[in-house]
Amino acid sequence: MGVAMAALTGAWTAPAFAEDSIYIQMPTYRTGPYAGSGIPIANGMVDYLNMLNERDGGVGGVKLMVEECETGYDTQKGVECYEAAKAKGTVVFNPWSTGITLQVIPKAGVDKIPVLSMAYGLSAAAEGNTFPWVFNPPMTYWDGASGVIKYIADKEGGMDKLKGKKIGYIFLDAGYGREPIPLLEKFAGEFGFTLMQYPVPPKEMQNQSSQWLNVRRDQPDYMVMWGWGAMNPTAIKEATKIRYPMDKFIGVWWSGGEDDARAGGADAKGYKTLNFNAVGSEFQALSDIKAKLIDAGKSQTDAGKLGENLYNRGVVNSVIVAEAIRVAQEKTGKKVITGEDMRVGLENLKIDEARLKELGLEGFMAPMAISCGDHSGHNMMYVQEWDGEKWVKASEWFEPMTDVVKPMLAAAADEYKTKNAPWPERTEACAN
Amino acid sequence: MFYREAGQFKTSYEADQQVFPILQDKIGIGAILIIGLVVVPLTGSDFMITSIMIPFLIFSLATIGLNILTGYAGQLSLGSGAFMGVGAYACYKLTTIFPDANLVVLVLLSGFFSAAIGMVFGLPSLRIKGLYLAVTTLAAQFFLEWCFIRVPWLYNYNASGAIEVPERTGFGGIILSGPAASPLTRYFLVLGLVILITIIMKNIVRGRVGRSWMMIRDMDIAAELIGVRPLVAKLSAFAVSSYVCGVAGALMVFSWLGAAEPAAFSINLSFQILFMAILGGLGSLVGSFMGAAFIWILPVLIRFGMPAVGIDIAAETVEHTTRMIVGALIIFFLIVEPHGLVRLWQIAKEKLRVWPFPYV
Repeated sequence: MGVAMAALTGAWTAPAFAEDSIYIQMPTYRTGPYAGSGIPIANGMVDYLNMLNERDGGVGGVKLMVEECETGYDTQKGVECYEAAKAKGTVVFNPWSTGITLQVIPKAGVDKIPVLSMAYGLSAAAEGNTFPWVFNPPMTYWDGASGVIKYIADKEGGMDKLKGKKIGYIFLDAGYGREPIPLLEKFAGEFGFTLMQYPVPPKEMQNQSSQWLNVRRDQPDYMVMWGWGAMNPTAIKEATKIRYPMDKFIGVWWSGGEDDARAGGADAKGYKTLNFNAVGSEFQALSDIKAKLIDAGKSQTDAGKLGENLYNRGVVNSVIVAEAIRVAQEKTGKKVITGEDMRVGLENLKIDEARLKELGLEGFMAPMAISCGDHSGHNMMYVQEWDGEKWVKASEWFEPMTDVVKPMLAAAADEYKTKNAPWPERTEACAN
Repeated sequence: MFYREAGQFKTSYEADQQVFPILQDKIGIGAILIIGLVVVPLTGSDFMITSIMIPFLIFSLATIGLNILTGYAGQLSLGSGAFMGVGAYACYKLTTIFPDANLVVLVLLSGFFSAAIGMVFGLPSLRIKGLYLAVTTLAAQFFLEWCFIRVPWLYNYNASGAIEVPERTGFGGIILSGPAASPLTRYFLVLGLVILITIIMKNIVRGRVGRSWMMIRDMDIAAELIGVRPLVAKLSAFAVSSYVCGVAGALMVFSWLGAAEPAAFSINLSFQILFMAILGGLGSLVGSFMGAAFIWILPVLIRFGMPAVGIDIAAETVEHTTRMIVGALIIFFLIVEPHGLVRLWQIAKEKLRVWPFPYV
C-alpha cells in the first residue's frame, strides 16, 4: 500500500496543469446539510469562470483551470482541500465556510495563498495591515449587522426610536452566527434596545420549534437571522407557523436563497434579507453563461435557476477573482500569475460602474474597491423582500455604519494579534 | 515457508515474553518503522504528510484510546470525540498560560485533564453496562460539547468561539506548532508520540492491569470473585483510555488542523473513532491502525486518486462514489469477518505459516 500511495502522491505533485494556465481550486459543497445553499453558489462560481474561458479564452489570454473540491462544509475536509490546493498551486482560496476560513487565515501568509472570504469569515480580517493575505469584500458581517440595525431604525423613524425595542437574534450557533454578536451587543447598549439571543445548534437546525416557542413568548419587535443551509427554510417555516409578522423578520445575505423563502410559501411574503447582488438573469454576462455553457450542456446549472440570488452571489465571487487576476496581470506584467501576484491584484482591486458595464453586469452589484489597509471596502448593500414567489428590491443601496464598525474592527484585529502572538508583522509592500 | 517460527527456540523467560517473539514479525515491524521514519519523510509530498499521514496517526492514537476502553475493558463509549476535545482545550489553555513550556510536555500533560474528566464520566460504569453505559457516555459527549461552546474561558473569549493554535517553539528553536511549523516537524512529533504511547499501551494491556480489564470484559462476576476490583479496573480503563484520547485530541488541533471549532469534537468524531475501532478489530492495537487507515486513508486515496489516474468526474460525484465504495467495503469486511480487519490479518498469518500446504 505504501508503494501505491507513493505512486499516487507522485502523480499529484507533478504539475497537473499546463504552464500557460492559471489554476484555481474552488472548494464547494454539493453534499451534506448545507448543500441547499452550496449548490447554487458552486454553479455560479464555476459557470462565470468557465464562461470567461469559452468567450474570452480566459483572463488576459490565459485559460483558467477551475477545479472543484468537495468540502461538505466540513472543516477537516476543507483543510484537506486547502492542502491539495496548495500542492497544485492555486492562486486564491475561497473557503466558503467561516470554520474553514478561521483554519486557513494563519496559514495563508506562510503558504503565500491569498484567502478570499467574500462577505463571510473573520470580520477583523478587513484590517489589511494585520491580515495582508485575507480579503473579505464587499463587506463584513459587522457591516451587515450595522446595516440591519440602520434599516430597522429607518423604518422606525430614527436611531432614537430604537430605545426600549426588543430585537431578537436567531443564529446558527457556530463561528458564523456568533461573529456579529459583539457588535449587536454594543449597539444594544448604545441605542437602548434589548437584544434577545436564540442560538440554533448546527445539529438541531432542522428542529427549531423550541427557539420559536421562545420567540412567541418574548414577542420581539424585530427578528434578525444569521442562518445558513437547512437552518434558513426551517426558520422561515417556523416563523410563519407562529404567525410572526414576516415584514419584521430580516435575514443576513446568506439567509436569502429562493429555496429558503419558498419553504414558507405564500405565508413568507414580506420576509426580508440583506443583499449585495442583483437577482435575475437579465444581464449580458449571464446571457453569455446561458448561451455558452447551459445551452451547450457544459454546466450543471438548471436553466430555470440561472439568476437566482445565491447563483448570482457565486457569480460575484468569481467576478472578484477574475478581476483580481486581471489587475494582477496588469500590475506585474506577467500573464501566468502566482498567489503572491494575486494578493497584489486583490489589494488593488477596483470595480467601478464603468467596469461593471464592460463586464456586462451593469447594476449587478455595487461598485467596490479594496485598498491596502482596508481589505473589505465596507461597500453598499440593499434590502430585498420576498413577494411570495421571488425576491424584489425593497430599499435603495445604502452604506453600513462604517464609522462605528471600523474602530471595532481595528480593535478586534489587535486583539487577534495579541491572542495569536507572535503574529507576523506585515512585510508585503503596498503596491498602490 | 517464509513465515514459520520453526527453529526459533526461546531459552529464557525474557525471550519468551517479548512483544514480537517471532523473527519475521520483528523484521516486519522494523520495515514498517523504517517506512514511517525514513521512507515517508523522504519521498512523501507535503500533501501526503499533512493530509494523509498526520491525520492517520492521530486517528490511530484515538482509536487505541477507545480500544483500551471498549475493546479491552468492554465498556462501550460514545464520548471519545468529547474526550479528545478535553485534551485539545486543555492543551490550548496550558499553552496560553505557559507560553514558554515545551509543547510536547503540554500535550502529554493535557491528557491528564482528559483522564480526570473520563474517570468522572466513568463512574456510572460501576452500575450500568452495555448500551446503557453508551447512553451515559453519550451524555458526556453532549455535555462537554456544550461546555466547549458555552464556556468562553475555554477559548480565551475569542469572538469566533474557536481555538487557534499559536506558534510554539521547542528543542532548540524548532517551530513545533502554528502555521510556520513544517509538515515534517509536525509529522515527527506526532509519529514519535504515537510510537511512544503505543509501546506503553502494549505493555499495559499485556500486564496485570490489562489482564484485569480483559477479565472484567469477559465476565465481571468471575473477575470479581478472583479478586479483581471492578472499581479500580473500570476506572483505570476510563482513565487510560481518556488519557490517550486527550493526547490525540491535542495533537489533532496542534499538529494537524491548526484551529478548531467546538463542532470538530462532535458526536460524528466519536462515531468515526468507534467505526475505526470496530472495523479494525476490538481488543487489538494493530487493529486500531488498520481501522484508522481504512476509514481515513482509503477515502482520501479514492477522492484524490480517481482524478489523478484520469477518471474525470465532478467533485461531488467523487464524494458520493467515495461514500458508496467505503460503505460497501465496510459492510463487506464486517460480513466476511465480524472481528475486524485484524482477524483477517491473523487468519492470513496462520495460512502463511503452513503454506504451501493447506494444513499441517
